[in-house]
Amino acid sequence: MIPAAFDYKKADSAEEAIALVAEHGDEAKFLAGGHSLIPMMKLRLAVPSVLVDIGGVEDLSYIDDRDDHIAVGALAKHRSLETSDLLISECPLLAHVASKVGDPQVRHRGTLGGSLAHSDPASDLPAAVLALGGSLVAQGPNGVREITAADFFTGYFESALSEDEMLTEVRIPKAPGATWNYQKFNRRAQDWAIVGVAAVEVQGITQVSLVNMGSTPLRASGVEAALAGGASAAEAAEAAAEGTEPPTDLNASPEYRSHLAQVLTRRALEASGVS
Amino acid sequence: MEISVTINGANRTSEVEPRTLLVYYLRDELGLTGTNVGCDTSSCGACTVHVNGESVKSCTMLAVQADGQDVTTIEGLAPSADQLHPMQESFQDNHGLQCGYCTPGMVMAACSLLEENPAPTEAEVREGLEGNLCRCTGYHNIVKAVLACSGQDVS
Repeated sequence: MIPAAFDYKKADSAEEAIALVAEHGDEAKFLAGGHSLIPMMKLRLAVPSVLVDIGGVEDLSYIDDRDDHIAVGALAKHRSLETSDLLISECPLLAHVASKVGDPQVRHRGTLGGSLAHSDPASDLPAAVLALGGSLVAQGPNGVREITAADFFTGYFESALSEDEMLTEVRIPKAPGATWNYQKFNRRAQDWAIVGVAAVEVQGITQVSLVNMGSTPLRASGVEAALAGGASAAEAAEAAAEGTEPPTDLNASPEYRSHLAQVLTRRALEASGVS
Repeated sequence: MEISVTINGANRTSEVEPRTLLVYYLRDELGLTGTNVGCDTSSCGACTVHVNGESVKSCTMLAVQADGQDVTTIEGLAPSADQLHPMQESFQDNHGLQCGYCTPGMVMAACSLLEENPAPTEAEVREGLEGNLCRCTGYHNIVKAVLACSGQDVS
């Protein structure tokens, strides 16, 4: 399978990339690791006429300690998240979830920013950033703005980024003493999650997010409210599918996904130390 | 557009269409047909090569993305024409292949795995090769070959 023809532009900086995309409008797409975009282009589900390659923008691959939060450059690859000592000590959930994406070859190329901007509700990292209460930095022709993860994912493969904005950084608040867990259920190695659940408990407050239970990654607000009201992990997990509209596909029906969400939420909560 | 790529240690400059996938550049343009196309959907790993020393699926990378990079294919692994790379030797010694179609990708993935984790456990080998499918062997002898190549006792 070969993608449809396109013009290829290589950008050396975020500013240059944004200017190139602005010049070509909605016909243009950013190319980072390409592990979401290239498969879609091969299937002709995406047919951009211009690709702006940002893979060579070297100063966007950092993982930095910024006092109250960790800042990750949008082009940091899954493999660097997985092996980052800083993330492993300050934000282990993100490092762990990165290690569960695809397979080693995918993790050598795929980027955090690419995965988030792609906004696939079946992807692991968007739900992790949501559970961690992260925020995303978007740079456009008119400057920079910060968008919370809660506001970022707006629909199926849709985000709050406007056409000429580039995701440049992801910020995760530090949470010393946090306990966490990620449950990913799939039938075969390297598959997407049929359902996934990320849980983070910090100083008695638990945040839970769901993978592949709707058109965006979702916070399991029913579970969070039940826990805040004193429910046990098992009781709270019963609310996991509340308010969700899980998809139907070859792997699972909505009913099966709802059941899985409950089971995996209970496991994630218990493994996070919520009893 | 013109790209310049180091392939198996030698610099190659070629004119490619931007939509050319790395695997087709290697096979059709350079004649390096050791890298196979299996599923063509980033799943099977038959097309695995190294880019800057790390395993990647060359069906999911554009040739233009390899511009200025260092690519190693199965042809570039052995030290000479009459000597196998230790991983290739270990696959041979441990019967880590049957039909052989997945083997080039499997060997490239295995070398990258040992580069990152020189003494993996059996479970780590199995997980480390999750991006490569083999429909013949049932994986046992492939895992054995990788463990043996890492210097661990598999007898």
